[in-house]
Amino acid sequence: MPLIRNGERIGEDAWSFIPDGEPVPATGCVTVTLARFRETRDTLLTRNTMVGVRLLPEDDPHELADHLGRIALIEVTFPRFADGRGYSQAQLLRRRLGYAGELRAVGDVLRDQALHMIRSGFDALELANADEAGLAEALAEFRHVYQSDATGSVPVFQRRHGGGS
Amino acid sequence: MYRYDEFDAGMVEDRVAQFRGQVARRLSGEITELQFKPLRLMNGVYLQMHAYMLRVCIPYGQLSSRQMHRLADIARDYDKGYGHFTTRQNIQYNWIALRDIPDALAALAEVEMHANQTSGNCIRNTTSDQFAGAAADEIEDPRPWCEIIRQWSTFHPEFSYLPRKFKIAVTAAPADRAAIRLHDIGLQMKGNGAGEAGFEVFVGGGQGRTPHVAPSIRDWVSKADLLSYLEAVMRVYNRHGRRDNKYKARIKILVAELGSDEFRREVEAEYAAQGPSEKVRVPQAEIDRISAYFAPPAFRTLPAASETLAAARAADPVLDRWARVNLHPHKEPGYASVTISLKATGIAPGDATEAQMRAVADLARDYSFDDLRVTHEQNLVLPHVALDDLPAVHAGLKAAGLATANAGLVSDIICCPGLDYCNLANARSIPLAEDIQRAFEGEDRQEEIGELKIKISGCINACGHHHAGHIGILGVDRKGEEYYQISLGGRGDEKAAIGAIAGPGLKQEDVPAALERVVARYKSLRSGPKERFIDTLERLGHEPFKEALYAAD
Repeated sequence: MPLIRNGERIGEDAWSFIPDGEPVPATGCVTVTLARFRETRDTLLTRNTMVGVRLLPEDDPHELADHLGRIALIEVTFPRFADGRGYSQAQLLRRRLGYAGELRAVGDVLRDQALHMIRSGFDALELANADEAGLAEALAEFRHVYQSDATGSVPVFQRRHGGGS
Repeated sequence: MYRYDEFDAGMVEDRVAQFRGQVARRLSGEITELQFKPLRLMNGVYLQMHAYMLRVCIPYGQLSSRQMHRLADIARDYDKGYGHFTTRQNIQYNWIALRDIPDALAALAEVEMHANQTSGNCIRNTTSDQFAGAAADEIEDPRPWCEIIRQWSTFHPEFSYLPRKFKIAVTAAPADRAAIRLHDIGLQMKGNGAGEAGFEVFVGGGQGRTPHVAPSIRDWVSKADLLSYLEAVMRVYNRHGRRDNKYKARIKILVAELGSDEFRREVEAEYAAQGPSEKVRVPQAEIDRISAYFAPPAFRTLPAASETLAAARAADPVLDRWARVNLHPHKEPGYASVTISLKATGIAPGDATEAQMRAVADLARDYSFDDLRVTHEQNLVLPHVALDDLPAVHAGLKAAGLATANAGLVSDIICCPGLDYCNLANARSIPLAEDIQRAFEGEDRQEEIGELKIKISGCINACGHHHAGHIGILGVDRKGEEYYQISLGGRGDEKAAIGAIAGPGLKQEDVPAALERVVARYKSLRSGPKERFIDTLERLGHEPFKEALYAAD
């Protein structure tokens, strides 16, 4: 399952997800659930290495609002590709809360939803069924967009009147 | 009507190419049927009982003559020579082969059409008043806003994998012909009291197995704020709509479970939290550009009454009846909107042959400023016909077998495809529609009964809008036998209501006589010939009609 960040394949992922109940190692980049983050936040944020949070679809990204400067990775879970809640979480994190760290889609992440994911603000995808070439193809399928998005696309509504390029 | 520019054209071309690739990857096994399904659905491709079905989008029900000819081409080239106009103002082809679909989509793209988002859990075709831009009672033309919503909702990155499908309807007339309160979002254009038109927003209506009439959640939102407000509604739904049970996933369930006050509070909170960069702003120049496509055609200055028509009507009682029944008042003196009934007895409601599509296309070109409409009641409309031209239009329709004078009458039945086509259905609906049409045979008799909307669904999914029928009929399966449950008092207009089930289900052969008894009771009780069935029902309550329904010997 290739991890592709900003169009490039990441060979060795520095991050590991620590499920609830398993001990958090003293070193290394780890991702924990929002529930664990909530409970052990102060300890986690004083570790020497970076902390990441994995969101479930029902989680509210606003909970992270005050800590985003100290979070280096947020993973958004797509349990099934048809569950589209992660798109709203991504849009909220990027466009409302101003999160600037890595935003990674994990779970049932497929080529045919990749364009919507990138436009919603993901910069990293754990793609189940495509490599970086397939992803690049998927992202090039449309010349125009009708909406503004988290990547700064200029929508057709504006482009018709000289907005953007 | 709206015409594509390079951006819109590029969008549908890219979409066809994308779908070709997806079909190829499906055929090569690179993606599974499970993964392919939502992709084909969002391109309008269903798998039905006998074959694939392609549902082509007709944005807010408007077509040009050229587009209608292309729909006829597709019926000829890829189907069995006909198509089926739907309650979503779209057209379906029931006999198309999967391998032909990319070519059919390419043929549509050539005439600025597509099948985007005609299915799937995304924002579907925005529907509207079939008389938009023509009706005497509208405050302004709602179509520019339908087109703006169409573009905004096309391939929306955040709202393409919603809990369930999502339908928006817009009207600008106080008489609601678009059934807006039975939609996920209904938009009623109205003034704010200070001379500015905007929208009242209704959310959470729908039919299906749990019908709801949408409550108003905002009295007025300005045009400038409309799309931002819609995004707030959509985000609350996308985040909080139920995904554990597809039958509870529509926004109507969320609104009902939260209550409309709490739902409104959540939407308002989301709306208030939008930062300037999150607002969806359509530049005024763009609103003007889109609106210009809907400028009124070059109407002639005509007297309000036509001597030509009056003379022709006096000479031809058939024309006279059709003109009494199938015309709608136009905002321009000397013009009328014509309803073309697709409800001739014995024809599946909403079906039209290739030749009929071409005949209508030519009439629209010659007599209606190249404009025609599809109605949610599965009929067609020529919106702008000069009264002087009505005899010629009637003659053309008659030659095509399309001059049935029953618009709004008892035989103008909305009906889903039912068990004859659909793999969801429990019961047949088309043959029952025909039985009812035959029971009420006689144009004098039908006209004498007056407006009466019968709607038939072959299953609880309610594609035939039975909940909104003055008389609604729902097919149910009871131990392998088809039964029909009758409801009374539903309506999809500005007094929207869900019909109430009258009692035990009836067998197919017993339904027509039961309805005849109900209608006879109505005629004996109405205060006069002008009191419609639905009005008498409202005045007297359901009891007398229920009693008649079950009063078989």
